[in-house]
Amino acid sequence: MATVTGPDAALARRVAAEVPDPELPMLTLADLGVLRGVEVAADGAVTATLTPTYSGCPAMAEMRAAVAARLRAAGFPRVTIRTALEPAWTTDWITAEGRRKLAEHGIAPPHPAPRRTSGPVPLELSGVRRAVRCPHCGSAETRETSRFGATSCKSLWRCGSCREPFEYVKEI
Amino acid sequence: MADTDDDHIYLSLAEEHGDGDARWAFGTGFEDPLHGVETAVPAGVDAVRLAADCAALADDALVGAQRLAEWCTRAPELEEEVALANIGLDLLGQARLLYTRAGQADGSGRGEDAFAYFRDADAFRSLRLAELPNGDFAFSVVRLLWLSSWRLALFTRLAHGAPDPVLAAVAEKGVKELTYHRQYAADWVVRLGDGTEESHRRTVAALAGIAPYTGELFTGAPVCGVAPADLRDEVTGVVRQVCAAAGLELPEAEPLPGSGRDGDRTDHLAPLLAELQSVARAHPEGVW
Ligand SMILES: [Zn+2]
Repeated sequence: MATVTGPDAALARRVAAEVPDPELPMLTLADLGVLRGVEVAADGAVTATLTPTYSGCPAMAEMRAAVAARLRAAGFPRVTIRTALEPAWTTDWITAEGRRKLAEHGIAPPHPAPRRTSGPVPLELSGVRRAVRCPHCGSAETRETSRFGATSCKSLWRCGSCREPFEYVKEI
Repeated sequence: MADTDDDHIYLSLAEEHGDGDARWAFGTGFEDPLHGVETAVPAGVDAVRLAADCAALADDALVGAQRLAEWCTRAPELEEEVALANIGLDLLGQARLLYTRAGQADGSGRGEDAFAYFRDADAFRSLRLAELPNGDFAFSVVRLLWLSSWRLALFTRLAHGAPDPVLAAVAEKGVKELTYHRQYAADWVVRLGDGTEESHRRTVAALAGIAPYTGELFTGAPVCGVAPADLRDEVTGVVRQVCAAAGLELPEAEPLPGSGRDGDRTDHLAPLLAELQSVARAHPEGVW
């Protein structure tokens, strides 16, 4: 398929990139790294590619619909949304801008995800987890209160210095 | 599949609230979880076998998710309730993708709902360990440790070796999720085993009660090229590691005869499905 570059392609990319994430609305789909590509064909048809964060992510349909609707409203009548399951989404794809916005909203951004190619996944029982800094006061005196928060992607923490609870986006 | 009717419900909502702040309840019946994914089964892959394997792995996840959901309003702490529900949601997501893949591969075009809601217990091929009642919290976390360790070991192999790219991609994503599930279960088994006399006693009882049901994890035909027997060392190694940290012995037991994979069932699956399927069967044309 012949694709075009230039103002149309740049506009389509910008429109799709600015759609907010339904569950972390301070982030755009581009900040979150779920927008994997936007292509404009020579005949003006747009193909946007999204990848789900978690298998059970209930927001995929909403994301697809929102991207398609925004592109139509921006003057692209023919829009196709593709889903890319592979490579699987990782929190490493959250952009620097996305991390800054998370912290600004009191959510601690993720550590780098563990790199694995193949072979068994080791189980660590030491109980020592990497310290997560409090997004409110910066203290490292924090404690995980629950591995799972309001959504699969976040865990719950409490700061020992300022006593505030906060959420952490788990590296995955 | 571009722009199926499925998405029109969402589209109309998104267009009404073009500012992107729209919120609405999520349901089923109008979404294809593999929407926009290349669906052809590669040449040389036995599509009927692939469909059966995907459906069986989806059955494990669906039944497991339903048991975890039963903890809602009953878990010892709110945090645990949220954790168990989130683990169930991950499994439900895996089930939806795998059922959809099964319906594509077997040529029937059946969607996820046809598999989940409109098959009877005798058509399920889930592991019997998944369908046992929840018991106490110790039983549920020991069961979760076994099932998540087993599924993680299988999915790491499928992620790198499954001949079907859709299954491999589902497995690759699943590995990340299952790593958290196993960690959660392992941490709790250590805490209970190494806890009070009462929590230790209950965890010992859970390990003993589950032991006969672990045999079928490691028997039977290969799942998309992975022989269950090849998972035994890794999975039992993980459970032994947790037991050692918890001051527990991993009991030996005579395996229960038969296998859920061959259609052998306990008496517990039919009532579980009766509840799971009741709404969909009462309103077979309903979408929500
Ligand atoms: Zn603080």
